[in-house]
Amino acid sequence: MSVDYAAMRHDTAAAPLASRRVRPGSTDRKPSVRGSFGLAVLFLLPSLLGLTIFLIGPLVASLVLSFTNWQVIGTTRFVGFTNYVNLLTIDPIFWKILRTTLLYTAEYLVLNIVLSLTIAVWISRLAWGKTIFRIIFFLPTFMPLVGVALVWLLILTPGGVFDWMMAGIGLKIPNLVTNADYALQAVVLVSLWSHFGYNMLLFGAALESVPQSYLDAAAIDGATAWQQFWRIKLPLISPSLFFGTVLTAINSLQTFDQVYALTHGGPGSATTTLGYAIYSQGFVTYKLGYASAIAWVLFAIIMMLTALQLHLQKKWVHYEI
Amino acid sequence: MIHGGIVVAAMVFLFPFFWMVSNALRRDAEIFAHPPIFVPETLVWKNFVDAWLYLPFGRFFLNSLFVSATVTLITLVVSSLAAYAFSRLRWVGRDSLFVVYLGTLMVPQAVLVIPLFLMMGVLGWIDTYWGLIIPMAFSSFGTFLLRQFFLTIPAELEEAALMDGASHLRILVTIFVPLAKPALGLLALFTFTGQWNAFLWPLIVVNGPDHATLPLGLTLFQGQQGTQWSYMMAGATIAMVPGFALTVLMHRYIFKGIAIGAGFGGR
Repeated sequence: MSVDYAAMRHDTAAAPLASRRVRPGSTDRKPSVRGSFGLAVLFLLPSLLGLTIFLIGPLVASLVLSFTNWQVIGTTRFVGFTNYVNLLTIDPIFWKILRTTLLYTAEYLVLNIVLSLTIAVWISRLAWGKTIFRIIFFLPTFMPLVGVALVWLLILTPGGVFDWMMAGIGLKIPNLVTNADYALQAVVLVSLWSHFGYNMLLFGAALESVPQSYLDAAAIDGATAWQQFWRIKLPLISPSLFFGTVLTAINSLQTFDQVYALTHGGPGSATTTLGYAIYSQGFVTYKLGYASAIAWVLFAIIMMLTALQLHLQKKWVHYEI
Repeated sequence: MIHGGIVVAAMVFLFPFFWMVSNALRRDAEIFAHPPIFVPETLVWKNFVDAWLYLPFGRFFLNSLFVSATVTLITLVVSSLAAYAFSRLRWVGRDSLFVVYLGTLMVPQAVLVIPLFLMMGVLGWIDTYWGLIIPMAFSSFGTFLLRQFFLTIPAELEEAALMDGASHLRILVTIFVPLAKPALGLLALFTFTGQWNAFLWPLIVVNGPDHATLPLGLTLFQGQQGTQWSYMMAGATIAMVPGFALTVLMHRYIFKGIAIGAGFGGR
């Protein structure tokens, strides 16, 4: 799943220009424009059919399912809001799962943005070797998350090399994957390692496009490197920052692979995220109606958070360059 | 000075890779040795052969390759056609439909997998290549990415072709596709790696070793009698080779793609 807000933004920015070009009375004489509806349908048909059958249809079906008691065995009937009511009032761990997911997302989001921005700025100031360092930090992003998590499991497992290192430097912390208080940190660690490279590249690319003349002018006026960062670079890369934040939030709310491979949601339910709960309710205990209700709670959170971010961007994102 | 710090950071960062390869190449007895052994006494290359034949991991590799390549191919064709309609043809409702396309990018996969699973049951596609491939082959991301690129192609090119009597399909294939090679390459890269790494859907739709993909296979090394760590690490190393190679070979593309805000796909 992915969203491209940066390009969306280009679109809206381009719209007034395009409409200005077509003056009243003048006819738009681009031949391609004469393309008929029928022709468009032919070009669109495969995509439209595929999206309708495998995305829109299932999306609607899942909402319908969430109002049923669908299980693999037994008769299915509509139960109204029962699943949602049960989730919010009876389910002993739903609130804990929700809290885990939101805590995880908040912590991961902040750490991811800070880390990727720090490394991106660091690399952008290097005189040589930018490419090699960018490649190094990007390497894990194209690898199966499950594989990454299993490698980390070997490192973090009781008796593994991580415990030995921590003991070596005198840090007395419990084992990360078997301790209920720490297990979520293991998931954060693995997610960070495997995926902060995306945002690092995104911010790195944005930093490269900051005009050197701005920085030179600021330097002449006596701005320190620190001031240049906060007053010039950060505002100029804010569209990318926004894009990365929205995307990272959407993805981290859905976290599943690394939880499955590292902890199976445990110990207990310490690392059970909404994504993992949907899987285990749906495909371990086969309560498909109930799992669909959890899925729609997740979807609702994603929609609300994205709407909130789109709203808040007016306050801190600068599009004029 | 500035380089010293980042070199240290990079070395710490690369440690999991080192640990993966070093554990893939050691005897089982050395895996949990205390104190840990960093470089195995003898390099057991045979682990790779054993892991390949064990589950059968080799089959998982080929399954992943086939599924990822097929999904990529379908995505490229379907997205090019749709992107052309969205960028070069004018029709009623185009812009509204495009907003719907954008909206679908927000839908989490977790919402779709339950109905898709039931649908696969009806179609008889559970534990088949069909089930692995077809539901994953239609994403509005590709349409969106290519549309952005097609919009940058000058209209004069197709005007001339239309004057000469070329059809729109011909224009797409002979003018747009060659010009959009960078965007198509990027889309192929992100689709392929996205499928190569995909886990949730294969976990749900696959039932046995016949159609298991690589990420699924990796988890199968965690058996009843404990985890086969050295085989698992050998398998993980194999699973990471394509991503490693693509990152190194195509880093310029990736960096540029991300620079135009297009580089987010997969997962």
